[in-house]
Amino acid sequence: MAASETRTAAGQAARDRAAEFLVRRHRFRWPEALPWLIAIAAFFVFSDRMTFGSQVLIGVMFALSLDLILGYAGIVTLGHAAFFGIGAYVVGLSAARFGWSEPISGVVAAAVVAGLAGFASGWFLLLYRGLTLLMLTLATAIMLQEAGNLRSDISGGYDGLPGLTFQPLFGVFDYDLYGHTYYLYVLAVLAVIFYFVRRIVYSPFGQALTGIRENVQRMHAIGSPVHRRLVTVYTIAAAIAGIAGALFTQTNAYVTLTVFDFDNSAKVMVMLILGGTGRLYGAFVGATVYMVLEDYFSKLSPTFWQFGIGLLLVLAVLFARRGLLGLLEQADAGWRRRSKP
Amino acid sequence: MPQLANIAVSILFDGLAYAMFLFITSVGLSVTMGLMGFVNLAHGAFAMCGGFFVVSLTRTLGVGFVPSLVIASLAVGAISIPFERYLYRRLYKSTDLEQVLLTIGLAFMAIATFTYFYGPIPKSVPLPAWLQGDVNLGFRSFPSYRAFLIVLGAALISVLWYAFEQTNIGAKIRAAVDNRRMAESVGINVDRLFTLTFAVGSGLAALGGGLAIQLFGLTPSFAVIYLVLFLIVVAVGGLGSLKGTLLAALVLGIFDTTGKYLMADAGGFFIYAVVVVVLLIKPAGFYGRE
Repeated sequence: MAASETRTAAGQAARDRAAEFLVRRHRFRWPEALPWLIAIAAFFVFSDRMTFGSQVLIGVMFALSLDLILGYAGIVTLGHAAFFGIGAYVVGLSAARFGWSEPISGVVAAAVVAGLAGFASGWFLLLYRGLTLLMLTLATAIMLQEAGNLRSDISGGYDGLPGLTFQPLFGVFDYDLYGHTYYLYVLAVLAVIFYFVRRIVYSPFGQALTGIRENVQRMHAIGSPVHRRLVTVYTIAAAIAGIAGALFTQTNAYVTLTVFDFDNSAKVMVMLILGGTGRLYGAFVGATVYMVLEDYFSKLSPTFWQFGIGLLLVLAVLFARRGLLGLLEQADAGWRRRSKP
Repeated sequence: MPQLANIAVSILFDGLAYAMFLFITSVGLSVTMGLMGFVNLAHGAFAMCGGFFVVSLTRTLGVGFVPSLVIASLAVGAISIPFERYLYRRLYKSTDLEQVLLTIGLAFMAIATFTYFYGPIPKSVPLPAWLQGDVNLGFRSFPSYRAFLIVLGAALISVLWYAFEQTNIGAKIRAAVDNRRMAESVGINVDRLFTLTFAVGSGLAALGGGLAIQLFGLTPSFAVIYLVLFLIVVAVGGLGSLKGTLLAALVLGIFDTTGKYLMADAGGFFIYAVVVVVLLIKPAGFYGRE
């Protein structure tokens, strides 16, 4: 009797410690306000570049969705653009073909459709790993693109659906020439999504995902429903990518089949790797650095830019496997060690 | 009715020629992936590199088409060795993701470099007289270049089959694909074996790149556009299997050609549908180990 009592007491203490650990990690830390302050400051400092600013924020959102599955759950996909494209086309087609141009309900519809697509494809694809999974995700994105090309009477093909118009936000705030409205709109959506993603990764569910990434056999062994967890996170990430795609169509007022390109899947992966995977803010750093560099260098010379991106990738793999944020952490740790007496 | 048969023969012939191109270019990738499990997305870049060597040799230096193919394959095979020794080797034990990133990076750098020197406009290559026009086989005539591809492919398959199944080195490669640690413990130098197969595979890819110029035209983006096809052939065939790669190249080559003849608008849709179906049923490909 006494033995089982102490055992339950010990078990309770362990559970408390685990809960305490999760709660502590979830607590807000001051440096986390920095990206948001920068985003708001950018609104005032670069107020004539807000169209570009919206694209950066959309890139952050897209990279964040990939971080959920790649950085936390360790699913390597080469077809994440599929969900971005689905979201982009849900909004584009409903505006062009059905005249449904209310922006916020469009975003919700995009999230639902992309999420459903993520659920349906993830259910099958996540049974596989390694090269097979890479090829299946890649083939899914290309098949969607080819299907769109096959019915170019509906999708507009590679010429796209140009000149889409959307209603003002809440029926009040209209699109302006400098993209101020849309920047704030995208920033607000990003903040909501970020809050949601942060809750997920610091929850027991997020902990289980990290476990799957680190050692899938052990997770099976302790009875974690691995496949269900993976499909769940894949669905969530697909929905977020769909929202990013929907915002992409709304801010650009046009969409073409190139959103499904392999380049688009590769680009978002490069952004995330550049910033650092599995650390939430890697998406912010990576997407911003990538897009600012791209904006500057691709105007100078697209060839030079492509070479630079290739070189960045090679150097990142060889010397900075944890991305720019990883480098910062290393530098910080080194500095602390030196400053200690 | 004879007209229908005529179309069927044309499709089969073109499909076969296409399959030979796919096989020649992908077989090296399959063997190196089977040996080291290394996801090499720069394989298409070696093929593209070979193609441009052929363009330069024939156009600028006036070397014949067939000798240029040989020289380009040997040159690219030699160039690939330092890449394997100094870059790839560092990542054999890393994750898929890191290998994907390194090799995509290399492919981007290669595309940019060749765009800088050759420009983005598709290149063509001057063919000798005997490869132009048609060749008459009695009952009907076929385009000579595709006939040449089929003959060359068949010859290479025989050579590779002999080397793989009948020689000492082939036996060592098969042993290492089956069980690398066991092969190492009986004294096979798998590292050196890998360097050799990598060089041969890259050389064959360069040959494929040279042969592709006449089929599709050559631009630097060849390295990425056709890479997807090579990876598909490897994944569907099964890693490290000669037989599997050949079967996959035949199925995909003939399927794709049929789709393009009968439903030109559908483009590549059917080939990817076939891939998804095959991989869902047999995740390790036709002859891969589960």
